[in-house]
Amino acid sequence: MIRPFAHTPFLRLAVLSWCLLGLQATGWAQVSTPPSTSTDRVGTHEALTTLAEGTWTEKTHAVTYLLQHGDPSLLPQLDALRSTANRRVRKLIKPVITLFRNQAGLASPDTETRRAAARDLGVRGTREALPVLRNALSNERDHWVRYDLEEAINLLTVEYAGPQDRLAAIQKLGDLRSDAALPVLQELADQPASTLEQHTLRNAAIEAGRRIQKWQEIASGIEILLQGLSLSSILLLMSLGLAIVFGLMGVINMAHGEMMMIGAYATYVVQEIFQACFAPSFFDYYFFFALPCAFVVAGLVGWILEGTLIRFLYGRPLETLLATWGVGLVLIQVARLIFGDLTAVQAPSWLKGSAQVMVGVQLPHNRLFIILLALFCLAGIYALLFRTGIGLRIRAVLQNRDMSACLGIPTRKLDAYTFAFGSGLAGLAGSALTLVGNVDPELGRNYIVDSFMVVVTGGVGKLAGTTTAALGIGTLNKVLEPSFGAVYGKVTILILIILFLRYRPSGLYAQKGRRLDS
Amino acid sequence: MEKTHTLEQPDEKHETSCAHSGEKTRRQFLRDAGKTATGFGVAALLGHLGNYALSYAADKEPVQIGILHSLSGTMAISEVSLRDVVLMTVQEINAAGGVLGRQIQPVVVDPASNWDLFAEKAKQLLLVNRVDVVFGCWTSVSRKSVLPVFENYNGLLFYPVQYEGEECSRNVFYTGATVNQQAVPAVEYLMSEEGGAYKKFYLLGTDYVYPRTTNKILRAMLLAKGVPAANIGEEYTPFHHQDYQTIVGNIRQFARRGDAAVISTINGDSNVPFYKEFANQGLRSEDVPIIAFSVAEDELRSMDTTALVGHLAAWNYFQSLETPENNAFVSKFKAYCQAEGLPGGNTRVTDDPIEAAHFGVHVWKQAVEKAGTTNVDAVRKAVYGLEFDAPGGKKQMDAVNHHTYKPVLIGEIREDGQFSILSRTGLVRAEPWSEYTNPEKGCDWVNHKGTYQKT
Repeated sequence: MIRPFAHTPFLRLAVLSWCLLGLQATGWAQVSTPPSTSTDRVGTHEALTTLAEGTWTEKTHAVTYLLQHGDPSLLPQLDALRSTANRRVRKLIKPVITLFRNQAGLASPDTETRRAAARDLGVRGTREALPVLRNALSNERDHWVRYDLEEAINLLTVEYAGPQDRLAAIQKLGDLRSDAALPVLQELADQPASTLEQHTLRNAAIEAGRRIQKWQEIASGIEILLQGLSLSSILLLMSLGLAIVFGLMGVINMAHGEMMMIGAYATYVVQEIFQACFAPSFFDYYFFFALPCAFVVAGLVGWILEGTLIRFLYGRPLETLLATWGVGLVLIQVARLIFGDLTAVQAPSWLKGSAQVMVGVQLPHNRLFIILLALFCLAGIYALLFRTGIGLRIRAVLQNRDMSACLGIPTRKLDAYTFAFGSGLAGLAGSALTLVGNVDPELGRNYIVDSFMVVVTGGVGKLAGTTTAALGIGTLNKVLEPSFGAVYGKVTILILIILFLRYRPSGLYAQKGRRLDS
Repeated sequence: MEKTHTLEQPDEKHETSCAHSGEKTRRQFLRDAGKTATGFGVAALLGHLGNYALSYAADKEPVQIGILHSLSGTMAISEVSLRDVVLMTVQEINAAGGVLGRQIQPVVVDPASNWDLFAEKAKQLLLVNRVDVVFGCWTSVSRKSVLPVFENYNGLLFYPVQYEGEECSRNVFYTGATVNQQAVPAVEYLMSEEGGAYKKFYLLGTDYVYPRTTNKILRAMLLAKGVPAANIGEEYTPFHHQDYQTIVGNIRQFARRGDAAVISTINGDSNVPFYKEFANQGLRSEDVPIIAFSVAEDELRSMDTTALVGHLAAWNYFQSLETPENNAFVSKFKAYCQAEGLPGGNTRVTDDPIEAAHFGVHVWKQAVEKAGTTNVDAVRKAVYGLEFDAPGGKKQMDAVNHHTYKPVLIGEIREDGQFSILSRTGLVRAEPWSEYTNPEKGCDWVNHKGTYQKT
């Protein structure tokens, strides 16, 4: 009953497309046989018009033609076409655009662009991309671009070439530990093999797949460690300031998160100034100005806070806690009134993208930068506390205030400096955090708990403890996350910390001496 | 204020004279206290009368409506815009003569993103302010918390935000989308040839009721459409989650072949770190698109959009709709925000919930005029099947299930925080109970008593 009805339109369509196919094939065959540039231009031009106005079958043929005869100079026209076309046509012309865009990308001076182009062609390219890729490989010097080019060539060879080439390509993909090849190899391995040839291919695919998988296990382990390192560096950066204010001075500063928020907004303001006053070419350097600015502004606010409020509350932790909490709320509302609820900070272009560590392991630039910044801050604090005169005095005051005062150290002043320095570090952290997160008035609230967690776990008053705790918590978090999920990963961490503090209430590195007794 | 002062004076004098006489008997004290209390009472009454007198400037008693949106706390960022648009609509209606010839008087309360406070404030609006209708709520948890209040006291709530469904209340009209009007068609679009024929789907959301329920329905739907379970990823993050390294790494593995899409129900401030990490790990919108159900123009207004450009969102309305009605609506809203000196002023944008909040007021107004009264039961009947013109085009209230017929739009995020519209459907009927997870349930307040079992 249904069959004949279903058949008629289908048949009609088939006949129609058959006719069109014949017509088109002859039409373009004539244009395309003499490979002179002038007719090529006419041909590509005609194909473009067909793409815009022709029927569906005509369009598919135009695409085939363009794939063989077009070049990247057609991109603007194709893009114009793409922006007006519906999504079906977009999908149809996607291979053409992919080829030309990537061809243009392969000629780019920027290695990242070349790599992206090569990878893209490997996964999405058609057989027409092979000569383009080989050509690019012969001129390429950069290690990772070469790697991506080779991977792409072998991927396309596996898909489109003859059996002998395919076997070599499969083995080569195994050598390359190609991540992108795994699904292709899996498919080959799953295919039923009847001939000897197919058997060899299948076995090679299974073997290569196994090698890649083994490599991936190692790579994912390393990646987890790197991610842990990155999270640790963020935790460390956040808690360094707190380690000084809470750890060394014993002040529970609940407004510490708001110092980070101030640093983040200082970064935003610097960015706005750069956008308004300087040429766009300078914009990328704004971050170098933003970092010291964030430090100074947050430090200044900390200094004022110390001078007007906290100095009257030394030794009264409960009052300090409540007062600074209130100050935090005030600062949040002030920021909300001035800047509104959410503000956008743009990362400079040199902090976008990522660096390849090894095959299958990447480290985004912004995270690398934060790791370096955290190390720099840590080194700076050590140098300040243990290698300078003022550091010596700070340590002296922290150990025995009265004795230091007797020996002529201006303890009042030093308290203010120390607090301002801790706040400045928080500002620096806030500035760095704009690279990974967003900037909103309650930014500090998201981090303050984590910071306290790190400082307390590390042992109050010990910088080495803070560093170790940050590393431990960060790495543990990332190790647990793949198997527990983000929500339960965090819950597990908190439970572990509670258990840890139950048995070692004074943290990893307990303070020896009298400070805690007083 | 001044009246209170003058009324209090004699009592004060009296008390000072008492103090002079040296002793203060209990009777005297009681008398004084009584007088003071009466004084306060009279003052309060006079104050109230003054207030009423002002509103009596119009010849009839005004209609009171309640606005129940958080103006402080975490949800303020989204909900303040809804208060603004409801006030604008009220102003517009009042300028045109009000409803039934009476002016509308909005009562704005601030539940401060606190779910318990939502119920308290709703009770206050219904019992103390005696409002005829309430426009409010954003999060599902706030709606769930006011639901018993509206049902007990037979109030009327217009809820303007897209939500997870599985609810069918006699006292709520839902002007936002259900899952089958937003998430389901969005995924169907991605599966279609036109949308890119994606085969693998990574469901990623913030850990609360809307993403969980939506993803439950989406998973059932994908399985029903023959997508193997191995091709569906699902993951949740806590609120305010900032570190998306692992998840984006997983997505990178998942999308290795480039036929995967991410379905994001991530809410609020976690979006920025997620999109940033996504771009930084080398994933591009052309290869692995993210389609979001909680990112609208109002949220994009203040984000750095560079990492988001080219990703998708599904809604029932976009500001970029080019119709005369919508252009008028957008410019009216901008002008209103500027005239009232609201933050953002002229740069404010409209989005789906704003449109839904706006036409919710109009639906209520039309229903009141149809019913000839503001009585809740009469208005409810008048809403059934009501057709009306919204900024986003003609829409219709359902005849039985308290939801709204809406078109489904898919948009691509542009650099300027607006959307290019890629696809638009006709009006889709809302299904509060999804056909994929609860095929046996239906919602009908005319022939049944709310949720019923289909036979």
